[in-house]
Amino acid sequence: MNELAFFINNVVISGSVSGSIYAIGAIGVTLIFSIMRFAHFAHADMMTFGAFMVLLLTTLFPAAGASLGVPTGVLMLPLAMLLTAVLAVGIDKTFYKPLRAHGVKPIVLVIGSLGVTLILQGLIRLFSGTGGQSLYVDDRKEIFRLALPFEGARAPIVITEPQIYLFVITIIAVVALHLFLNRSRLGKAMRAMSDNPELAQASGINTNTIVAVTWMIAGALAAIAGTLLSLDVTFKPDLSFFLLLPIFAAAIVGGVGHPYGAIAGGFVVGFAETLAVFNWNVLLRPFQESFPAWLELPSNLAFVGTEYKIVVPFFILIAILVWRPTGLFKGKVI
Amino acid sequence: MSSTTRPLIDARDVHGGYGGMNILNGVNMTLEADEVGVIVGPNGAGKSTMLKAIFGLLYVSQGEILLNGQPIQNLPPNQLVQRGMGFVPQEKNVFPSLSVQENLEMGAFLKPQNVKRMLAQVYEFFPPLYEKRRQPAGELSGGQRQMVAMGRALMAEPSLLLLDEPTAGLSPLYMHEIFDRVKQINAAGVGILMVEQNAKQALAIADKGFVLAAGQNRFTDTGAALLADPDVAKSFLGG
Repeated sequence: MNELAFFINNVVISGSVSGSIYAIGAIGVTLIFSIMRFAHFAHADMMTFGAFMVLLLTTLFPAAGASLGVPTGVLMLPLAMLLTAVLAVGIDKTFYKPLRAHGVKPIVLVIGSLGVTLILQGLIRLFSGTGGQSLYVDDRKEIFRLALPFEGARAPIVITEPQIYLFVITIIAVVALHLFLNRSRLGKAMRAMSDNPELAQASGINTNTIVAVTWMIAGALAAIAGTLLSLDVTFKPDLSFFLLLPIFAAAIVGGVGHPYGAIAGGFVVGFAETLAVFNWNVLLRPFQESFPAWLELPSNLAFVGTEYKIVVPFFILIAILVWRPTGLFKGKVI
Repeated sequence: MSSTTRPLIDARDVHGGYGGMNILNGVNMTLEADEVGVIVGPNGAGKSTMLKAIFGLLYVSQGEILLNGQPIQNLPPNQLVQRGMGFVPQEKNVFPSLSVQENLEMGAFLKPQNVKRMLAQVYEFFPPLYEKRRQPAGELSGGQRQMVAMGRALMAEPSLLLLDEPTAGLSPLYMHEIFDRVKQINAAGVGILMVEQNAKQALAIADKGFVLAAGQNRFTDTGAALLADPDVAKSFLGG
């Protein structure tokens, strides 16, 4: 039974954590693509920016959360979402909008977004320093150990406080997005513009408003993902390097331009990563007796070493592009 | 609607085109508020281009277009919708992943307070759409899509409806159905200006017909007079 606890900790919880973060990031990437038809490479740095805003606010008011019984980092999240949304709209106005007004090809916007990545990362580094910092400045990170209800189970299931916040906030964000896209007038207009921008304009929909709303949503979601990841581990200015590839893999796996696909893609990539680095020896060891004598299980039965985790989304990406280029859900053709 | 007021649409000597190449070389068009106007002509005559010029989708380099006496050339489409113009493009005229009802709602985007009342009217007008209201518009047949597209444009209660080849690719049965609807919409007080390939049938319901060739008016008269004109018949209506 200890093996089961090990599996739950290392695959189920770990996969759900990465999956949630990739999903929230990929939704932003996919929304931006569906409205403006370009791959926004600076997205992961908007996530880092959101986390950095939380770090700043938490450092300024370290005790703010304690009085309310929540970690200060979580308390500051809505404010960071707002700031990141403002940043996203600002980036669009400053960099992408002039390019669009010139009627450039999408690839120019993509290259532009690489430039924005460098700017954002440089700025964050300038103010935060290059090292890692905990977002738990004054609070204590709670770690919950839940014993399995079985005879002889010694190893507990371990889940941290920020992970619980992550799951809850992910569910809230996904439900809110679903309601927005399907019930609100603006959300429907967003889907309409994604379907057929010319007709949206001919219907009297102000496409500039839709573009701004898209950036606000993408920015706010990016702040959620970046902050919750940094709360769970630590804040690092180069966070985006580890996020960019899996997020784009998730968006493409799910079908580019398809928000529900991005959610599914996020969890596919998250779980694929954790399953690939999981040492299967742990689960197979109890059955060693039932194997033939010549079959000695190697002590490490992981598909890839942990240090190569980052290649997993790359393989998924290639597999999807070869066998199902439009993604799991039928996305827009890239 | 008194006949002494300004015409609904008054286009004078309109020039325009894409990327420096002129397609329209001085088109004139006048339509009263309660009329059906039909634009016919050979391929490449600038029929759809003229419709797009009126709806602000094409740069008008010379001439002027008046809507109820107000100049509107080169205004963006969303402002023209606000001023009472509706446009149904020939292709890609629905939002394929949105449901039929959501498509219609988008038509009333600028007048959200109208949605309920207009939905009821459009469903009454196009009963098949009510049955399919939850279905994605992309799954509908060509004729039903055309209904969705016209319904979407009607949701904003336009005073002028521009239709770009509404019967293109439809079976004769659906063609007559669409023309019947056009007449009904017009009877309800909406001016109609449409481009049509099915020239004879369209001119039959037209108050005014405009025969374009090479970006200019070739013949301009009532629909009936054009149909009766042997010159028009010989060169543009296939004898």
